[in-house]
Amino acid sequence: MTNYDIVIVGGGPAGLAAAVSARKAGVEKILILERDKELGGILNQCIHNGFGLHTFKEELTGPEYAYRFIEQVLDAKIEYKLNTMVMDISEDRVVTAMSREDGMYQIKAGAVILAMGCRERPRGALNIPGYRPAGIFSAGTAQRLVNIEGYMPGREVVILGSGDIGLIMARRMTLEGAKVKVVAELMPYSGGLKRNIVQCLDDFNIPLKLSHTVVDIEGKEHLTAVTIAAVDNKGKPIPGTEERYTCDTLLLSCGLIPENELSRNAGVEMSNITSGPIVNESLETNIPGVFACGNVLHVHDLVDYVSEEATRAGENAAKFINGQLKESNGEDIEIIATEGARYTVPSTINVDRMDDKLTVRFRVGAVFKNSYVSVYFDDERVMHNKKRIMAPGEMEQVILLKDKLAAKPDLKKITVKIEAE
Amino acid sequence: MYDVVIIGAGVSGSSIARELSRYNANVCVLEKCDDVCEGTTKANSAIVHAGFDAAEGSLMAKLNVKGNEMMDEICKDLDVPFKRNGSMVVCIHEEALDGLKELYDRGVKNGVKGLRILSREEALEMEPNLSDNTCGALYAPTGGIICPFKLNIAMAENANVNGVEFRFNTEVEAIKKGEDGLWHLRTNNGEYITKYVVNAAGVYADKFHNMVSEKKIHITPRRGDYCLLDKEAGTHVTHTIFPQPTKLGKGVLVTPTVHGNLLVGPTAIDIDDREGVNTTADGINDVIAKANDHVKNLPLRKVITSFAGLRAHEDGHEFIIEEVADAPHFIDCAGIESPGLSASPAIGVMVADMLKEKMGLTNKEKWIGTRKDILNPENLSLEERNELIKKNPAYGNIICRCESISEGEILDAIHRPLGARTLDGVKRRTRAGMGRCQAGFCSPKTMEIIHRELGIPYEKITKSGGSSNIVMERTKNQKGGQM
Repeated sequence: MTNYDIVIVGGGPAGLAAAVSARKAGVEKILILERDKELGGILNQCIHNGFGLHTFKEELTGPEYAYRFIEQVLDAKIEYKLNTMVMDISEDRVVTAMSREDGMYQIKAGAVILAMGCRERPRGALNIPGYRPAGIFSAGTAQRLVNIEGYMPGREVVILGSGDIGLIMARRMTLEGAKVKVVAELMPYSGGLKRNIVQCLDDFNIPLKLSHTVVDIEGKEHLTAVTIAAVDNKGKPIPGTEERYTCDTLLLSCGLIPENELSRNAGVEMSNITSGPIVNESLETNIPGVFACGNVLHVHDLVDYVSEEATRAGENAAKFINGQLKESNGEDIEIIATEGARYTVPSTINVDRMDDKLTVRFRVGAVFKNSYVSVYFDDERVMHNKKRIMAPGEMEQVILLKDKLAAKPDLKKITVKIEAE
Repeated sequence: MYDVVIIGAGVSGSSIARELSRYNANVCVLEKCDDVCEGTTKANSAIVHAGFDAAEGSLMAKLNVKGNEMMDEICKDLDVPFKRNGSMVVCIHEEALDGLKELYDRGVKNGVKGLRILSREEALEMEPNLSDNTCGALYAPTGGIICPFKLNIAMAENANVNGVEFRFNTEVEAIKKGEDGLWHLRTNNGEYITKYVVNAAGVYADKFHNMVSEKKIHITPRRGDYCLLDKEAGTHVTHTIFPQPTKLGKGVLVTPTVHGNLLVGPTAIDIDDREGVNTTADGINDVIAKANDHVKNLPLRKVITSFAGLRAHEDGHEFIIEEVADAPHFIDCAGIESPGLSASPAIGVMVADMLKEKMGLTNKEKWIGTRKDILNPENLSLEERNELIKKNPAYGNIICRCESISEGEILDAIHRPLGARTLDGVKRRTRAGMGRCQAGFCSPKTMEIIHRELGIPYEKITKSGGSSNIVMERTKNQKGGQM
């Protein structure tokens, strides 16, 4: 069994940023394990621009953004293995991996950083009735076929779900000569970024039908048509509102699910809301020395935030290796998300271990206009920030300061909520 | 000219083909689809019934119990995953407890071994997630779970290795007795001439029967909707849980699958369309509602797919396995609805015995009765797996992450007898694409392997034959491009 200080599972944006920051913090033996044939993760198929506005103050394409980090990994001579699947992570941080070249082998890791990303919710999980013909793809699979493999799934497209990949693919398919007839979204609001709705749908006159879903799929061998209907406020289709669209392609962009099978098998405690690990202020899971960042932790809206979060995970893993990450004294402060706030990452804070400034990220559960993000220390409201608009498709954040928290030694819980005034 | 032509490469046709392959006979299976296991066999409850349900004295009961008894050996010989997990019929109304006793008595008369009536306490101890309303249960230790794809595929492969020909994409359009006294089958791929015909055509069996006989039979496609849950839910119950049966069938069951998922279903809806395997919202809702009657806290958020299958329900609700009275040398194997999968080994023997006797068939000198399935590296130790990858590096390359299926397994699926040519073909042989992401990640990679190994252009690769192409054309193909 070989030994590494830090093993990073996944060479996408999260894994890359974590590796770079851990190296900057002085960790020598770092290994990135990547299942695909190149580093960069899903960014490699995201050939549109708009990445990196926060991190680099310029608009990059996905592969360009990834390369900014790949370059740093190469410069720092951080080891990585491609075409390598991690098969298991044990509670005592033994990582079992496999590849054509190296066979199956085990690595003892001082610390593990989980950076496996997420997958798309498949058709089956949506319980859409109808036939199961060819021509139905998750938006990301179609994106790979078009952008990497160079093949068109079809010519007449309907998209269900308005997640960002679906919106991006509406534009992509249009630019490749396909006709995107409609984007249907079950919820009364879009799951994607506002800028994507404008740039990918509005600019191409593609209609977005909110509170609509697919109620039937036709075609015994290949897709021939789908039927869309309006839904009531419980998400149930309203009879009489059906509209039939002939099409040969149905793309699904109905949510992303963090890929945590490895984490679960390792015994990492999970959140029912994010489907990602429950982490503390150091982005450490319930297993000491196992950290998580990026979309495996919670699904992000912008890759910039993934990089930022992963940088912190890398730093904290480095601290752990060097014995600088204090053991939790058990007096963690719980962060409770309620009244409009669905979850927070992290979900506990140990003041001793926190940095001077801690960014707490969360998402809201509905669209809020002219409302306030409020933070309570126990029953005392300490923050009350007005936001013109908040939507589930975009992440929100609050910043907590260590000295403020340290001033309240008896603090038991922090509450994050959305208030009307 | 053939001695026997079998119509249909489902589990019945394939079992008959395998049993016939023991004898010196020229046998051919005609299948209208692109692969074996494309009809009723591909979408059902994937269980081996104990045999207490079918009417006493019926052929259904006899072949069910016999098929069940044969299952251990055939699954060992053909390397098919099968587990006797035991089944339970759960009673949730005090006044219906008598029904359990009736079922028990019928089972005993049918020859089902080990049946036991459980008290509420015993039942809940064995299955803690049974409904709080449970008042008792019938327990059948011989009930089992099986992979229907693998059973069907294994039987067909083994038949093929022993000389049975398979013709895919070959649909029988007409059957006539020629002046030569032989059967002439017109297909889209030319004419097939044979001494005997075996009609194992599932929901189409009445169509072929009625081509040759004045005594008509009638099959109704009876649709069953199912939901399949993630492996994380796979231990919610460990036995196959049935409600008490009704006129329409054995009801909505909840069962682990032999691969570790949880399966819930089916409905029983009579339809007209013999290809009508579309699920409906009502069907799925009905499955969910009924499953909740007998099993509590079902984690329905973990559904990874839903599907529907068609039972070949003959009006008499009985297997029809006999030479057609007014059409000598035409053998029906019709009305094979549930428990057809369970009975399939016995159906194969019954039809092969019939033909052996009628035709005076003799044993082949050399018959290979066993077959190895695609290697499952998950069963190997780390060292063994390393050895394997050293010998064949493709086993080190994972293609399907959800089910951990390597390129080595997919290559085996493609290159073995009656190998896979489609995404579904690969899926049913290896499970690649059958997991929680439902082929989102692996389908482009599997397509690449199919393209490379079989030389099929990307545009011609299908999900399951016919017009089920995955991609249409290359990008930047301006032909159809309009803005």
